[in-house]
Amino acid sequence: MADISLRSVTKRFGETEAVSELNLHIANGEFVVLLGPTGAGKTTTLRLIAGLERPEQGSIVIAGRDVTKLEPAVRDVAFVFQQYSLYPHLTVYENLAFPLRSPTRKRSEAEIKARVAEIARLVRIDHKLENKSTRLSGGEMQRVAIGRALVRRPAIYLMDEPLSSLDAKLRADLRLELKRIQTELGSTLLYVTHDQIEAMTMADRIGILAEGQLVQIGTPREIYTQPANLHVAARLGQPAINLLPAGLLPDAAPAGTKTVGARTEHLTIEKVANGHADGTVDWIEHLGDQNHLHLTVGDRKLVTLTDPDTAFQKGDRVTVRFRAPLYFDGAGNRIGG
Amino acid sequence: MSAAAHSVVEPSTTSKRVAATLVIVYAVVSMIPLFWIFATSFKTPPDSIAYPPKVVFTPSIEGYCNLFTTRTRQTAEYINSLPPATSFCDETTRKRNMVIAGPSNFLPRFLNSIVIAFGSTFLAVFLGTLAAYGFSRFKVPLADDLLFFILSTRFMPPIAVAIPIYLMYREIGLSDTALGMILLYTAVNVSLAVWLLKGFIDEIPREYEEAAMIDGYTRLQAFWRVVLPQATTGIAATAIFCLIFAWNEYAFAALLTSGTAQTAPPFIPTIIGEGGQDWPAVAAGTTIFLVPILVFTILLRKQLLRGITFGAVRK
Repeated sequence: MADISLRSVTKRFGETEAVSELNLHIANGEFVVLLGPTGAGKTTTLRLIAGLERPEQGSIVIAGRDVTKLEPAVRDVAFVFQQYSLYPHLTVYENLAFPLRSPTRKRSEAEIKARVAEIARLVRIDHKLENKSTRLSGGEMQRVAIGRALVRRPAIYLMDEPLSSLDAKLRADLRLELKRIQTELGSTLLYVTHDQIEAMTMADRIGILAEGQLVQIGTPREIYTQPANLHVAARLGQPAINLLPAGLLPDAAPAGTKTVGARTEHLTIEKVANGHADGTVDWIEHLGDQNHLHLTVGDRKLVTLTDPDTAFQKGDRVTVRFRAPLYFDGAGNRIGG
Repeated sequence: MSAAAHSVVEPSTTSKRVAATLVIVYAVVSMIPLFWIFATSFKTPPDSIAYPPKVVFTPSIEGYCNLFTTRTRQTAEYINSLPPATSFCDETTRKRNMVIAGPSNFLPRFLNSIVIAFGSTFLAVFLGTLAAYGFSRFKVPLADDLLFFILSTRFMPPIAVAIPIYLMYREIGLSDTALGMILLYTAVNVSLAVWLLKGFIDEIPREYEEAAMIDGYTRLQAFWRVVLPQATTGIAATAIFCLIFAWNEYAFAALLTSGTAQTAPPFIPTIIGEGGQDWPAVAAGTTIFLVPILVFTILLRKQLLRGITFGAVRK
């Protein structure tokens, strides 16, 4: 295990800058999640660290050693790809043993056997070691892929949306398992996803990437409660944060406020029988454990959470008030942050 | 992936029967010439030219005797003065007022064919695999143009370049050598091999090699351990195409080989001249000529049919 530094790393593909001037430090044993939409440069960042791409500029340091110009094989990283990428001509056992049989880190067969057995138990695939890797379910394949990374003890584990192709139930299970394994092993892990739940639940720190730039990095709590700008605010929260023009609702907004961001916890909504109302209830979506409340305020639509046994009904007239919402200036940056 | 997502409506019994009938009819029609050659190789020369053609006949290996031997005509007195015949071939030859003078050139010509066809196939597939991998994975400057140039070698009929190649070969001493023929067939086949294999290698996701390289392997080791095992289907298919070309090639062989390096295709027709129209010997030569390609195809049948691998990479 070791710490990783990226120092003003830039990678271009033709005209487009996939990653620009990226600075990132990952401490030993830290679980960092890079969150961003498709094309934000998340995967490129991982590939740069792994050595599958070479940066045009900047340097990458793993455990104090500058690896910018080194081959992937000697960088001592492990990679879990978005697609399963198990070697289809090999069995599960051979897939797991593959990294240990490489010429650069050759182990004895007895050692390999012990290590594979240990990891197979850890990722709960030990009952299928002799299966062809193609004859596994999606979840099993992905557990093997993660296991293949774990059989080594590299400086850092790099994971590129490893759970994205799984169904929701499996994703939730593996999320927990992965976090458990990482804590148990004390591994340094850089994980890339576009799923905010994965980011929120697993990360020690979340880095928000947009158009090749690291917009903000911090603990999940910081990122959620003190987003640097509109982009970061919009990435987190379910349902997505409501962005309203300043002055739509009565509020003591600080000077320079252009946009007010309000999540469920920033809104107080009350039914009015008669008199002044700010908006009306459009629709209530029943999700089971909670409801989505759709409102129209002025010419804006709002979505917020409400209790499953809510008293609101379609057509209700309501007053809406902010409760310490987020304020953003004309450039989209949060005021008071 | 559920089975239901891929299920297709089961064809009706009638359409299945119609399809089966068509396939069987086509197979039979295609097989008739092969059967005819095979049957003729076991006829006696008079039976082979009988009219109407004999479908039922007494099999004889006279054709094979004539294929492997050269014979000279002798007087009846001379033949009667010889010690008793020692083999079936001896006996049949004497009945036709001839004696066996020695072995024919068929066996060395056939061995030439094997060496040249398999040698050039191996080289073409070997070079083709490496080139295809390079084109598939690396940014090769002018890749499209290079690929086009490679393909363009197949635009004209081989015979169009036969004369220049003949002159070149005579000049550098490659005429009538097995090496010359191997190089020539490799050059012709490598374009096909590159194009076919590039298609197959493009289908193999890069993640496999990338994973292997991160796991501590060099690119060449990753190519060997991870890419090649998955390209076997493509390599087998390509090898068969190359082998069929090199095995059957007639024009270059007829022009560039005459003696030591002559292959079977230009040799077989020459059999017919030796002692009348010896159709059974020609048919016997053709039958034996068909065997290697048949064996090769049957050996690789599984690889060819496997076709789609149910890969562990999902897109």
